[in-house]
Amino acid sequence: MKVAILRFPGTNCEFDTQYAYEKLGHETHIVWHEAQTLPEDADLVVVPGGFSYGDYLRSGAIARFSPVMKAVAAYAEAGGKVLGICNGFQILTEAGLLPGALKRNNNLHFISKYQYLRVENNDNDFLKQCKKGEILNIPIAHADGNYYIDDEGLADLEANNQVLLRYSDEAGNRVVVNGSVTSIAGVCNKTKNVFGLMPHPERAIEALLGSDDGIKMLEGFAS
Amino acid sequence: MTTAIVNVFLKEGVLDPQGKATHHALDSLGFEGVEDVRIGKQIVLKLSTDDKNAAEAEVKEMCETLLANTVIEDYTIEIR
Repeated sequence: MKVAILRFPGTNCEFDTQYAYEKLGHETHIVWHEAQTLPEDADLVVVPGGFSYGDYLRSGAIARFSPVMKAVAAYAEAGGKVLGICNGFQILTEAGLLPGALKRNNNLHFISKYQYLRVENNDNDFLKQCKKGEILNIPIAHADGNYYIDDEGLADLEANNQVLLRYSDEAGNRVVVNGSVTSIAGVCNKTKNVFGLMPHPERAIEALLGSDDGIKMLEGFAS
Repeated sequence: MTTAIVNVFLKEGVLDPQGKATHHALDSLGFEGVEDVRIGKQIVLKLSTDDKNAAEAEVKEMCETLLANTVIEDYTIEIR
């Protein structure tokens, strides 16, 4: 699999993402935000985490206008697979490639810890290696992860199986982590080729370091 | 020259965590009768045009495109 990993000024998870995908045996290309095009035949575009443009104005609000995002929108429009992690999720919602928006955490804190997640839907390329209802342990690290969508939008997400993950306890009960609507941690678009989540699967690839639950998420696209 | 003052706030009904925390702090300090606190941001733009109608239309477009995220935020524009 050929993975294109975007880098904006302020991105800081591009090397973790590269390390993870190369460890899993995939070819990676880091793509600077000024690029007009994506690497030819890319199988996946990852918008990684960080603080693009210092989170000025709103997280992701400025990065979405970078030249490379035009190429990403065209790639997604043509059915290409796009994964936004953390700041990448924020950028994709700002760009309108994913529904909803990410607000400041309800407790106003930057939350950095391991967090259990429940797999809500697995009929998609991202989570197809996971079981529905499976509990994953993946780190989160964000200040603006409070997912908001209006009632109508939420009903649409539910009807189309677009809710990917919810924050939960080890037994799978929903927990309030940051104030997200119905504890949503990740969603996809209607055509199920654009994915976004606040947790960091690329930081969970070594059991020795806490969890390797991220592997089956990252590898979903390869299988 | 025209000055445009844009105020951006979270929509009514969208919980404003900063406003809530500040409200709580005001209560703790003994300020009574505060019913709600909303925190937003103000963006002041200096525009070269003297045409106030054109300025307002352009600033509206700026708000829709970049300055506000209309999924969660409302904005007001004041032209001076």
